[in-house]
Amino acid sequence: MAAWVDAILVFAVLTNLAVLGSSRLGLCIRMVAAQGIMIGLLPVVGHWHAVDARAVGLATASVLLKGFLVPWLLHWALVEANVRREVEPYIGYPMSVLIGVASLCLCLWLSARMPLPVAAGEAGTGASALAAPVAFFSILCGLLMIVSRRKALTQVLGYLVMENGIFTFGVALALEEPFLVEFGVLLDVVGAVFVMGVAVFHISREIHSIDTDQLSMLREERR
Amino acid sequence: MAAISWANLLVGLCLAPLLPGVIARTKALFAGRRGQPLAQLYLDLWKLLRKGAVYSSVTTWVFRAGPVVGLAAAVAALLLLPLGGAPAVVAFDGDLILLVALLGALRFFLVTAALDTGSAFEGMGASREMGFSALAEPVLLVALAAMARGTGETSLSGMFGATIPGEWATQPHAMLLIVSALFVVLLAENSRIPVDDPNTHLELTMIHEVMVLDHGGPDLAFILYAAALKFWLLGALLVGIVVPLREIPPALAAATAVAGMALLAFAVGVVESCMARLRMSRVPQLLVGAGGLATVALMLELVRS
Repeated sequence: MAAWVDAILVFAVLTNLAVLGSSRLGLCIRMVAAQGIMIGLLPVVGHWHAVDARAVGLATASVLLKGFLVPWLLHWALVEANVRREVEPYIGYPMSVLIGVASLCLCLWLSARMPLPVAAGEAGTGASALAAPVAFFSILCGLLMIVSRRKALTQVLGYLVMENGIFTFGVALALEEPFLVEFGVLLDVVGAVFVMGVAVFHISREIHSIDTDQLSMLREERR
Repeated sequence: MAAISWANLLVGLCLAPLLPGVIARTKALFAGRRGQPLAQLYLDLWKLLRKGAVYSSVTTWVFRAGPVVGLAAAVAALLLLPLGGAPAVVAFDGDLILLVALLGALRFFLVTAALDTGSAFEGMGASREMGFSALAEPVLLVALAAMARGTGETSLSGMFGATIPGEWATQPHAMLLIVSALFVVLLAENSRIPVDDPNTHLELTMIHEVMVLDHGGPDLAFILYAAALKFWLLGALLVGIVVPLREIPPALAAATAVAGMALLAFAVGVVESCMARLRMSRVPQLLVGAGGLATVALMLELVRS
């Protein structure tokens, strides 16, 4: 199953780059949803030799939440907010992709020098040599999306991508980590995204835009 | 072994002009037309070669050198090209860089010839050709570097030799990424549809066509033939990866490779029929994306060691 784990991780890298490089908000949401589904399958695929009820439960929950519920919520916010469905980045798309590729190199370099709990590529552990770099890469990509995009919705997407990175790290490397922690993180994410989705809707109704630059309008008085 | 290499070279020289015909017939099929004959480019070349050439009085030897040197570079590059697992006529360590350099020389002389006419249109086309190629060339180099790293060989004949099936078994993701990056390079370098529309004659949208407006007769024939050879070159790299048949007799391997080329031309025709040309400002995005794919493939190959 190691090849399938690698396939999922490569898919995560490609969706990250695609989200950085695409201009349509709807496409970005679908990409992040697809990534959520694939990453959500990791607990089952990665620990194929010893699948238990907890792993199946975690996979089901995260696929349902990150692949279907959260994207549906974001689509709803997108439609309700009635904004231009373009990403409007501060950094151009080719530049974002280049920064993404550069940070992938950085992550590979970094995780080659990092003592990990499970030796990468060790037989039977389901740990892939790619897991740590891809996890860090997802976190960096999420961060980049949060700081370089203008729309509030893209920042929610960046947050989700970051969470996917943390999830990857937890599932692929920290084998003994109780799944309860993962469930806790998952619940946090859903809560946060729910709040953000509703907030985006209200921001757009209040100031007719979800441009985060204009949130300064919410101050009491202008100086 | 040398005999099969020379035979493959001959196959390339003879069959390369067939591929544009296959693409055109595929597009005609999608559009519900009958389309031009498959051998249309052969007929065009024959017609052009019998004509005389007309040279503008403002052009210099650079204009006349362009098509000749371009064709020479394309044929020289074909000497380095392995087909169907059989080694190329000329093979040495690091010849992948020479292949890219020869493609660069082809482009350089075509562009200088276009600039030499002093026409504003041709200058515009030349600038675009160079701009997009500057992005496509690193993609090709990085993809070939990933192949070299994976197979442990630095000559094209070694890289596309017996190790390809093993590569598919151990690193399927990296190979898939290389294939997709090379396909984008193939489309961009040959001015096919997502980048340039070879059918348009609107000066504002075309890249390759606009550069050769002032060439006529044998010169134009050389340019068209060199362009067909360039398609054959990049296509053969792609087919060499995608068709991992190495355990069969060389003649049969060459035949499957040629069939693969025809299928590739069909695929390009399908892409051309199903897609619109990208906006000019979006093309760098596509090429940078392909560069990302190639770089990820290289990273995967580096991590494996």
